[in-house]
Amino acid sequence: MMSLETILGLAAMLFVIGIFGVLTKKNIIAVFMSLELMFNSVNLTFVGLSYFVMPVNLVTDLSTAMTGHVFAIFVIAVAAAEVAVGLGIVFALYRVNGSIELSSDIGRAT
Amino acid sequence: MSSLTIWLVFLAPLTSFVIISLIVRPFFSKHQWISPYLLIAGLSVSLVVSVMLFLDTLYTGGPGYNSAYQWIKINDAAIIDLGTYIDPVSSTILLVVVVVSLLVQIYSMGYMHGDIGYSRYFATMALFTSSMIGLVISSNIVQLYAFWELVGLSSYLLIGFWTERPAAAAAAKKAFIITRIGDVGFLIGILFLINHSFALPLSANVNVLHIPDICSLAGTMSAMIVTIITLGILSGAMGKSAQFPFHTWLPDAMEGPTPVSALVHSATMVAAGVFLLVRLFPFISASDTTMLIIAGVGAFTAVFAATMGLVVNDIKRVLAYSSISQLAYMFAAIGLGAFGPAIFHLITHAFFKALLFLCSGSVNHATHTFDMREMGGLRKYMPWTYGLMLVSSLSLIGLPPLSGFWSKDEIMLSAWEKMLHGSVFEITIFALLAIGVVLTAFYTWRMISLTFHGEYRGNDVGDGHGDHSIHESPRVMIAPMALLGVATVLAGFLTNPPVNVGPIHKHWLNDFISSSIVFHHGHHAAEFSVLVAILSTVLGLIGLGIAVYYYKLSQNGKKEPLESMKGFYGLIYNKYYLDDLYENIIVRNILQKRIVNIIAFVDKYVVDGLGLFLGFAVKNVGHVLGLFQNGNVQFYTFVISLGGVIGLIILLMYTPGLGG
Repeated sequence: MMSLETILGLAAMLFVIGIFGVLTKKNIIAVFMSLELMFNSVNLTFVGLSYFVMPVNLVTDLSTAMTGHVFAIFVIAVAAAEVAVGLGIVFALYRVNGSIELSSDIGRAT
Repeated sequence: MSSLTIWLVFLAPLTSFVIISLIVRPFFSKHQWISPYLLIAGLSVSLVVSVMLFLDTLYTGGPGYNSAYQWIKINDAAIIDLGTYIDPVSSTILLVVVVVSLLVQIYSMGYMHGDIGYSRYFATMALFTSSMIGLVISSNIVQLYAFWELVGLSSYLLIGFWTERPAAAAAAKKAFIITRIGDVGFLIGILFLINHSFALPLSANVNVLHIPDICSLAGTMSAMIVTIITLGILSGAMGKSAQFPFHTWLPDAMEGPTPVSALVHSATMVAAGVFLLVRLFPFISASDTTMLIIAGVGAFTAVFAATMGLVVNDIKRVLAYSSISQLAYMFAAIGLGAFGPAIFHLITHAFFKALLFLCSGSVNHATHTFDMREMGGLRKYMPWTYGLMLVSSLSLIGLPPLSGFWSKDEIMLSAWEKMLHGSVFEITIFALLAIGVVLTAFYTWRMISLTFHGEYRGNDVGDGHGDHSIHESPRVMIAPMALLGVATVLAGFLTNPPVNVGPIHKHWLNDFISSSIVFHHGHHAAEFSVLVAILSTVLGLIGLGIAVYYYKLSQNGKKEPLESMKGFYGLIYNKYYLDDLYENIIVRNILQKRIVNIIAFVDKYVVDGLGLFLGFAVKNVGHVLGLFQNGNVQFYTFVISLGGVIGLIILLMYTPGLGG
């Protein structure tokens, strides 16, 4: 049976994996993917907490019961928009630098 | 007379200074000719006001004390206010300062013609004149001290006027530093006065910084404190008036333009020391020690400076030593209690010594040198200058009926009377003053002889047509000299005649000076003594005779008669080695090697060390911190995450129920 601990533990693992990816990956696409992983671990926390911590009557108090879920959907929407913008920037970077490697030399290439 | 009118005498030349230095010099450099006219206009206003003040003081007692503005109140008995105090002493000196200054400025128009710093010269002269006037009319000793330093500053600027000459710069520095050493004593005296104000009872109702009050202050102090304060003031006066041992700056000050020497370094500024002592005479004379020192310093310097004047070849330096010597006569007179004759001699000396300097300037204008070995025979080419120089020289020697005779005679008379019922000290004073008269006559005639008699020895032969380049100075220079010549002849007898002459009362100037209320029991002029008059005249004639004898024999001054006295000649030619003592031994060895080295060590290792350590620390800390700014975004993110984790751990540790 699923419990809150299982969900939060999974979310924490996903988040740490995401941070690890963000900190270590040199490829900007991989960094993006790691970021997405972090977003989703947060989404998982939202939904899990919403489900377990606030067991209110779905009929009388629907809006309160759905707060976490709504947040998760908002995050997904914003993340999608952000990925669109972010990938655009990656394209532009690629055109300028000829690479999408993250390094301290970024912006110094001609 | 309103307070504003009195201030006008000071403000008029000050306005000229402001206009010349802030408007004419920066914006109208093509119209520099206007500068002297501005200054002369300002001084004319001053002249009118000072004549009015003099007559007012003479006939109705004068405006006395006028306070303009209370500046700082230290306590009830020590208030620094800005005001004017016009009494017989200051109104007389004021008139002399303004008259001599005006004549010298007119002369300067000719002498400084074509100089690059024409406007700068007149601006500084205006600053000097207004400061000198301010000094004379000051009612508060702190105010006087401020003007005292301002004239010192303008003296510095004027000595170093020709900034491209290293000698002038060095002389300016020397004058400034040496007078400053004396001024430290003056400042200490003022501080002691302020300190005394705390000990005064509330009912005393005096202001210890107010000059007329200072004069009556001696009774409230212990004799020791009076001596300390008066010695401090004396040290300031000695520095300004170039008395031994502060005399070394004045001969070097001759590096400045000649009209400056005439006005600043003989007629007015150097006489400020004498003026200060007379102004505070009742206070000064309360200390017998100080009076003895003044008399002793005066009599000694009178002879000491005169001996150095015997062998100098620079015409202006002869006059400089002569100024020191004549100021010493005034000091001696003050030390003997005869402030009236001291002021009288100050006035006549201002006229004839200014004239002597202007004559030497006129000679320089023609020959372009001050070295008397390259002059000679100028009598033919410069009759006016020769005549005026002769008159002023004979006045300096003290031959009747010229002004110098009357004033020097009064000083000799005071010394004579002291000697008659005095001890060895008074006899020594008189003897020194008498020797001084002989020496004065000798060096004065030597100067006349080397400059004007004999044959011309210089190389300045002009355009090959003989000595045509040597010519009399222009009228603008001769006219003020002639006016000073008139003053030289008349100022003595008419201002202080020994007998009633028609409407002119006998000794009226002396009685007028003594009538100032601060001199409670004024000085009564000694009755004219034919014996002393004959004695001082004969002494002058002896010195004159010796000089005529020597400088006729060794025609053209090929060899100095004194050179036969090897040791003595070397001593006086090297100015008693005092410059060497001051500069090589005191400054280089004691100050520089010992004290300055310690200070330099502290400066290098403590002060600089601290600065260097701070710089080193900042640089290295910055270097270490700079490692974090490596431009790697992932590194930054790592640090942020680490911070977040650490923050979270701390938060959890202190959360009740979890860790805290």
